Amino acid sequence: MAYSDKVVDHFNNPRNMGSFKKDEDGVGTGMVGAPECGDVMKLQIKVQNDTIVDAKFKTFGCGSAIASSSLATEWLKGKTIEEAQKIKNTDIVQELNLPPVKIHCSVLAEDAIKAALADYQKKADGQPADAK
Amino acid sequence: MKLPIFLDNHSTTPMDPRVLEAMLPYFVEKFGNAASRNHAFGWAAEEAVENARKQIAKLIKADSKEIVFTSGATESDNLAIKGVLEMYKEKGTHIITSSTEHRAVLDTAKSLEAKGLATVTYLPVDKRGMVNPDDVRNAITDKTILISVMLANNEIGTINPVQEIGKIAKEKGILFHCDATQGVGKIPVDVQAMGIDLMSFSAHKIYGPKGVGALYVRKKNPRVRISAQMDGGGHERGMRSGTLPVPLIVGFGKACEICDQEMAKESIRLAAMRDRLEAGIMAALEESYLNGHPTNRLPGNLNISFAYVEGESLLMGMKDIALSSGSACTSATLEPSYVLRALGVGVELAHSSIRFGLGRFNTDEEIDYTITKVIEVVTKLREMSPLYEMAKEGVDLKSVQWAAH
Repeated sequence: MAYSDKVVDHFNNPRNMGSFKKDEDGVGTGMVGAPECGDVMKLQIKVQNDTIVDAKFKTFGCGSAIASSSLATEWLKGKTIEEAQKIKNTDIVQELNLPPVKIHCSVLAEDAIKAALADYQKKADGQPADAK
Repeated sequence: MKLPIFLDNHSTTPMDPRVLEAMLPYFVEKFGNAASRNHAFGWAAEEAVENARKQIAKLIKADSKEIVFTSGATESDNLAIKGVLEMYKEKGTHIITSSTEHRAVLDTAKSLEAKGLATVTYLPVDKRGMVNPDDVRNAITDKTILISVMLANNEIGTINPVQEIGKIAKEKGILFHCDATQGVGKIPVDVQAMGIDLMSFSAHKIYGPKGVGALYVRKKNPRVRISAQMDGGGHERGMRSGTLPVPLIVGFGKACEICDQEMAKESIRLAAMRDRLEAGIMAALEESYLNGHPTNRLPGNLNISFAYVEGESLLMGMKDIALSSGSACTSATLEPSYVLRALGVGVELAHSSIRFGLGRFNTDEEIDYTITKVIEVVTKLREMSPLYEMAKEGVDLKSVQWAAH
């Protein structure tokens, strides 16, 4: 299978690869997927005044999964919480030219965004951070 | 050193230039039909085919009359299994095979099962990938007509105790088919000593051309009969009709002759390179696991799982080295390797596996490059892996509740 240039670029030069401390103020963490399925994404956002000022990812998965999460962090930066909610997996598919067999990678990235936002919201609402 | 490097010699092999040279006269000058009995063009073609038949038979210690040409090992497997079942169905319709066979055998068996034509026992393998001959013996019923067990596995290279299985088959009067596609030309094969009645193999795995293979069909003790699966002009003693592809057959013969002459030296060289590759990788990368048998395997085979990284991303990171992975992402089915699963390898480690297949034209320099590249890419991808991070933090990944999708 040939990869699109954009997938290759994200794979070779991943944007925002790394981690924040989960208990840090304003950090929301989303972890989705499962090792048995062959992909696990961890996506983190750092929020100040309702705006995502930084984002990081770590991904276990194929090149398309890595590219999808790398792209997601790029898109998240500078967006408000509300804007971030609107990122759809189909946007990722289009941007990266993902073939049908790799659509699940984009779904996973959308799930990771949603999970990170939910985690941030939960912390902001004063509940204890989920250890996961 | 030229990039990309080809380290996928289980999938296919480059043709040996000596093979190509032997084939060339049979395209334009000596183009005759080997079945044309009445003119010089046909005689020249027939002579070339019979010479190749001898070269092929010699490599496996058979008689040249026992070689039936096919389009490749997949056809040979189909012809052997379906042909035996159709011929001997009055005696019984039970077939014994193993769970790590190539899909040409497994899917043939499944298709016969689905049509209600046969019942099939799929034997398990041990954690190194070997079939236990006692399991074969215990699976035999009075309806068993065929045992089909491969010589060497295409993913993990494990070599089966074929000789013992052949002995059991003989003792019980059951035919024994062996898919020897990965073994012929790489390790010594002797159809007499191994008690093999039918054997599939092909040219393109041994530096010959694609599109030609053979089925060995025993002629005496016992005389094996099979029903043709291709009707037509009655070629190959009625077992496989169709005009013989003379240039391909000539190439197949030459490839076998070269293997026969050079196998002893070549296998030592390949095993030494493979061992160096294995040692170089294992010494540098923790939590790398060998899949298959540590010693009883093909000289050019190495299959390793690298924990916490996914196979397809590994292949992508090493794009100037041609390799193969048991990861689901590289297969059409989205299921990780059934061979590794049959060994009891966990799904996550099956996703993380890489198969290295060394061949005649690989060099020490290429192996050194590969060692460096594997270490570099695995290290980089582990840095990127949330699983590796968690493992380093002391999290037991098995205890995590994953949000599976």
